[in-house]
Amino acid sequence: MGSRRNLELSLLILALGLSIGGYVIVGLVADNRIPAGVIGYGATLVVLFIGAHLVLRFKAPQADPVLLPGAALLNGLGLVMVRRLDYPATAAGHQAQAPSQALWTVLGVSFFAAVIFLVTSHRTLDRYRYTWLLGGLFLLMLPALPGIGREINGARLWVGVGPFTGQPSEAAKIALVVFLGAYLAERKELLATATYRAGPFLLPEIKYFLPLVMAWGVSLFVLLAEKDLGSSLLFFGMFVILLYVATGRFSYVAAGLVLFMAGAVFAWSQFAHVQVRVSAWLDPWKIYPNRGSFQLVQGLFSLATGGILGEGWNQGHPNQIPFASTDFIFDAFGEELGLLGVTALLLVYLLMVFRGLRVALAANDDFGKLLSLGLVASFALQVFVIVGGVTRLIPLTGITLPFVSYGGSSLVANYALVALLCRVSHDSAPAPAQAPDTVPDVAPGVGEVTVAR
Amino acid sequence: MNRQIRRVAVFVLALFFLMFSAPFYWQVVEGDKLANDPRNARKLFKEYSLERGKMVLPDGQPVAISVATPDALKFKRTYPQGDHYGMVTGYYSLVFGSSLAESAFNTYLVGKAPEQFAQNLVDLFTARSSPGGTLRLTIDPNTQATAERELRQRKGAVVALDYKTGKVLAMTTFPRYDPNQLSSHDSDQIRANWNRLLKDPDQPLLNRATDALYPPGSTFKVVTASAALEDGVRADEPLPSPNAYTPPKTSKPIRNFGGETCSASGQLTMPDALAISCNTTFAALGNRLGPAKLSDEAEKFGLNAESPYQLRSATSSIPRDLDPPATAQSAIGQRDVRVTPLQMATVAATIANGGKRMAPHVVDEVIDNDGKRVKQFANDSLGQAIPGNVAEQVKSMMGQVVERGTGTFAKIPGVQVFGKTGTAQNATGAAPHAWFIGFAEQGNRSIAVAVVIENGGNLGSEATGGRVAAPVAREVMKTYFGAGQ
Repeated sequence: MGSRRNLELSLLILALGLSIGGYVIVGLVADNRIPAGVIGYGATLVVLFIGAHLVLRFKAPQADPVLLPGAALLNGLGLVMVRRLDYPATAAGHQAQAPSQALWTVLGVSFFAAVIFLVTSHRTLDRYRYTWLLGGLFLLMLPALPGIGREINGARLWVGVGPFTGQPSEAAKIALVVFLGAYLAERKELLATATYRAGPFLLPEIKYFLPLVMAWGVSLFVLLAEKDLGSSLLFFGMFVILLYVATGRFSYVAAGLVLFMAGAVFAWSQFAHVQVRVSAWLDPWKIYPNRGSFQLVQGLFSLATGGILGEGWNQGHPNQIPFASTDFIFDAFGEELGLLGVTALLLVYLLMVFRGLRVALAANDDFGKLLSLGLVASFALQVFVIVGGVTRLIPLTGITLPFVSYGGSSLVANYALVALLCRVSHDSAPAPAQAPDTVPDVAPGVGEVTVAR
Repeated sequence: MNRQIRRVAVFVLALFFLMFSAPFYWQVVEGDKLANDPRNARKLFKEYSLERGKMVLPDGQPVAISVATPDALKFKRTYPQGDHYGMVTGYYSLVFGSSLAESAFNTYLVGKAPEQFAQNLVDLFTARSSPGGTLRLTIDPNTQATAERELRQRKGAVVALDYKTGKVLAMTTFPRYDPNQLSSHDSDQIRANWNRLLKDPDQPLLNRATDALYPPGSTFKVVTASAALEDGVRADEPLPSPNAYTPPKTSKPIRNFGGETCSASGQLTMPDALAISCNTTFAALGNRLGPAKLSDEAEKFGLNAESPYQLRSATSSIPRDLDPPATAQSAIGQRDVRVTPLQMATVAATIANGGKRMAPHVVDEVIDNDGKRVKQFANDSLGQAIPGNVAEQVKSMMGQVVERGTGTFAKIPGVQVFGKTGTAQNATGAAPHAWFIGFAEQGNRSIAVAVVIENGGNLGSEATGGRVAAPVAREVMKTYFGAGQ
């Protein structure tokens, strides 16, 4: 188990080296000298992630060793790209984003540590399942409330108090996964037991099914009211996957797909901005340079210009794409680091997702399985919705690329997500269950610690 | 539950497969097409982010430079001399591409020419930035200034060549435009300026020195004379020079300007006929030679072939299958003969240079950042266009034009000037174009000049070409010689 943490430390050093190296290159290209901020940037990252590593070493030593370094690498590279996009943006009179993203990184990693500390076992979450449901629904509905809700770029998924804005759907996602995991773990047999036959589908008794339909409907309603298609798709996919895994019934997937299609057609027929997104997806070249497809086409130009090897850090023009630091940051990486760079980025995501699925497979309780699977599924779907959107696989919907995009609430939520996965993986390790704080303290570098089995 | 989780893993893998494929499609399969799409501004950024080479005059004075800017296009092309050299530098525009030297010497200016490869390699290893090469032009700034001043605000052009080398000493045109108007980083402003220039009926974008085609009028008689001499017509042979000459197959006679009488006897030798620019002598001579010999001779001077000039230039032409009336008119530079001022300067230069034609060039050499020569454009001889003795005889006749004929306005005290005037009829009712071509030599300085002033002549008098255009040529020559003292 000490070797897990040592592996994590090595991977962290690699991730930190790549991030700090990228930061130095961006500065060198911009000003021909090593940027003055590199000490602050490097020291902050080292202290943060080595700190998080030590927290895991002491509080969850059996946790998966790949998840934290993966998040660190994505977050570090994302910071470098946000900093890089600041050069032309600040020259054009926009506000710099890197300082606030750095601050959110500090908050995010601290939150990671806090979750590891406070959630001593994932099973404790099970106790407050309806609190999670209400909390999640409340967070989802916040942006729709007049006064604090803010509509940005056509989607009303922001809340703002004074200068602070946030996207509560990111946190709502986690709260609802916790609820669904707990709910489904308890009722999966009931849900899987068919009592009604409706056409080709066997449906469970309505009273067991109802809360789920409600959660489903409410979240969809709220999201349609907030016009946030990306999150809508994400929530839907997550619900369907969780239902399928809990019950093993493919009929849920089929029903989910039908409902999704109906929702999609409804959204398309009702919302002008959805129609614009769809036509921009079907033929972006035709309506270019109309605003509807300008962003997507610029993103594709960005990717194409990068080619296989990319233009190099700070040597392309990704700032040509509107919102390059948020929705389109993947294309910005494609322009500067090329196909090799984005493939590497996707491999990091794939690695994290498969480690997450392994956590779900290895979890020794149903709640742990469903919780970790729900978290991983939402994470993977989110990557797909945004990467697919900016590469014209699917219509573009604005959500963040986890850990990489500029945006504080997303960053904090994703650190919480990874922290929960780490917690579940520690709890399900094949060592005898013991309170985490009774694990013998291990000094870094001591190596293997034997635990009596 | 693990069975379902494994199925979810397969589904996730499929999503990732799609995600890996999409960038591959855009960056590799469609990569080149989209990277070079004209709507993709990154292509321009790449070109603009280079410090493009300068263009300088022989004394080092810059006429085109790249100035660093804080915006995304890192350098802005600037022409410090405004409109004075636009007819050579051309423009370098974000919206409309580039023209003239900016276009023809682009590979040198961006440092991508084969001659610059070795230097680029050295720069790579010494980590030195490698801006493009500097073009050194042949234009003499004083001569250029005089040409521009003397042309005044009259539509037309002046071209001066060093006839021994083919170097362009001066080249100006009016009206002109300032290439700075097309090289800003504001594409709306560039478009507005472009549309204004394009709609201007006076065509300021047209470089009249190399791209406007005019009837040469009587200046073409030196070509006819040269053809006659080559054909064996002797300089002291009396030639029929009636008041009106009616070519075969027409009833329309050719007369002299203002219906003047060339000679009381009706006979003139070639030098006398050229001196007073007698139309009937040369029209008749044209038909005596026939259309083939006339156009052959014109082609020796460069007509009917792409101009050897380094930059874009229109092709001067003379039709090859002419009937007798057309031959007669072509022999005096009318009808369908069309020439650029640069072409007529080349005619004068070739005669001055003993019949050896030199390729006109305006870019002398390319030098690197350290002032080292990367490439020199040689003084290319295009060979002996006409025999030396023929050139010598035409030259002497042109001497008499200035000494005692229509070209006396070109006289410079202490220097023998050779020349030929022209008053070319064009549109019916419009005043004819005033022409002068000529050359002179002083010390080690040799210069051939062509001047055209649109509608500058007077239908009544052949002499007006000389009165209007010859003084311009004289001042240009004087300045060049003066600068040499």
